Amino acid sequence: MRKSDLKSLDIASLWRGLTRSDAGIADRVVPPTGFTAQLTLFAAGAMAFLAVFALALTLATGRLAERWSEALAQTITVRISAAPDQVEAQTSAVLEALRTTPGAGNAHVVSDDEVEELLEPWFGPGVPVDALPVPRLIEVTGSTRDFDAAALRLRLEAEAPDAVIDDHTSWRQPLVTAANRLRVLGIMSLALIAAASGAMITLAAKAALAANGQVIRVMRLIGARDITIATAFVRRFTRRAALGAAGGTALGTLAIFVLPDMSDAGGFLTGLGFQGWGWLLPLAIPVLSAGIGFLATRWAALGMLRKIP
Amino acid sequence: MIEMQGVSFGYHEGEQLLSDMTLSLQPGSFHFLTGPSGSGKTTFLRLCYADLLPSAGGLQVFGQDVRGLSRDAIALLRRRVGVVHQDTQFLDHLPVAENIALPLTVSGQPIDMQALKQLLGWVQMGPHARTLPPSLSGGERQRAALARAVILSPEVVLADEPTGNLDWDMSMRLIQLLVELNRSGKTVLIATHDLNLIRATKTMVSARVLRIAGKKLQLAGADL
Repeated sequence: MRKSDLKSLDIASLWRGLTRSDAGIADRVVPPTGFTAQLTLFAAGAMAFLAVFALALTLATGRLAERWSEALAQTITVRISAAPDQVEAQTSAVLEALRTTPGAGNAHVVSDDEVEELLEPWFGPGVPVDALPVPRLIEVTGSTRDFDAAALRLRLEAEAPDAVIDDHTSWRQPLVTAANRLRVLGIMSLALIAAASGAMITLAAKAALAANGQVIRVMRLIGARDITIATAFVRRFTRRAALGAAGGTALGTLAIFVLPDMSDAGGFLTGLGFQGWGWLLPLAIPVLSAGIGFLATRWAALGMLRKIP
Repeated sequence: MIEMQGVSFGYHEGEQLLSDMTLSLQPGSFHFLTGPSGSGKTTFLRLCYADLLPSAGGLQVFGQDVRGLSRDAIALLRRRVGVVHQDTQFLDHLPVAENIALPLTVSGQPIDMQALKQLLGWVQMGPHARTLPPSLSGGERQRAALARAVILSPEVVLADEPTGNLDWDMSMRLIQLLVELNRSGKTVLIATHDLNLIRATKTMVSARVLRIAGKKLQLAGADL
């Protein structure tokens, strides 16, 4: 788009045209075109529907990455696989080391009942924990940034040689990376949807302009400026893009709304929804769609008009 | 109002349809432009409202060199030149009244319904205000085209073969309207190959006759 196109942007008249139900004779100068109208409405609606899901995916992966990152970063586990006669002594040593380590958080020895509960999904109820070589587990929560896992490891090598510290780094980082990449993919999808919407509206606008060559010719002959002619098309396509997108957004948001709740089944997919103020974000889709329709049609119209004397 | 100094024009490189034309259209004058079919009368008129630009020479309309005008400036210039096109150039999906009011619409001016009714009455198109152009006869189309050409009260009115498809009575009615416009101070230039029409008009108004012959513009005289 040329700089001169932007200079003559008449947002006020465009807004009046969009908000009025009938913009009068100026709007009727271009005859109704059923095919391009339906194409634009459908394309804008379909793209808005997809955009709602891409937006939901982006928000959900963002939340997921944040949640995993925060939750796992604050938790470490110490596993003691010592001989039975040394378990208690090494447990006390670990607890003492944790108590005196800055930022280590609250240590909690996982009881047999809790271990049984942890193993229940794999072994079923009533697991004989006593009969199994299950290591002693110490869960440490509320760790802060001051916590130095490497220093604690060195200390425990001397005081509790059978203790192993797991700060979850090895499996936390790939998960967070994956979630962040999913979020980037979601943002890329939104950008692609916007670009595809612009391309489709441009094509539809060009088809409408080509079909109305005689109208444009007559308007030029009687003294219409390019911007006046372009506005007649721009108003129409902007309105169609906004209306189509509003319908697609409503359907997409409804589809997200009826997805199972996260608390019902758990897991990532069931968390694919909006939360709190996030439900308002889809409202931006019709506005953005109208903006895309406005710019795409304006660019197509002014470019085409320059070829007419 | 329209000044040509050695203007030439050709649709193709190296081929000239009009050559070395010099002309000065004065305010309030009445001119005919005649010549055989294909001699370039329509092209000449298109140069006058900057639908075509000269390939050589100087052309000034209202004191502005048309070759230096932006697209917006050309649009503004056309609002000062009323044109009755040979093929009338209507928007077929709009009723006659809206077609006539179109120059007001595209120039962002309000439509004075009373003035529009008077204009329709002047060209005797009142009963056809809501008719779509394809349903009009040739004479009705030409009268509606004349109404559209003058709705912005232009300083110059150009008419390209306005009576080409009309019978004699209808032609004279249209010419009378153009003479009335000239009497109200408008400059009028009519392209036609109908010499009888020119002779009849000269009994009503003092008109000069220009002729395109051999790619050149000539001032015709007593032979008419």
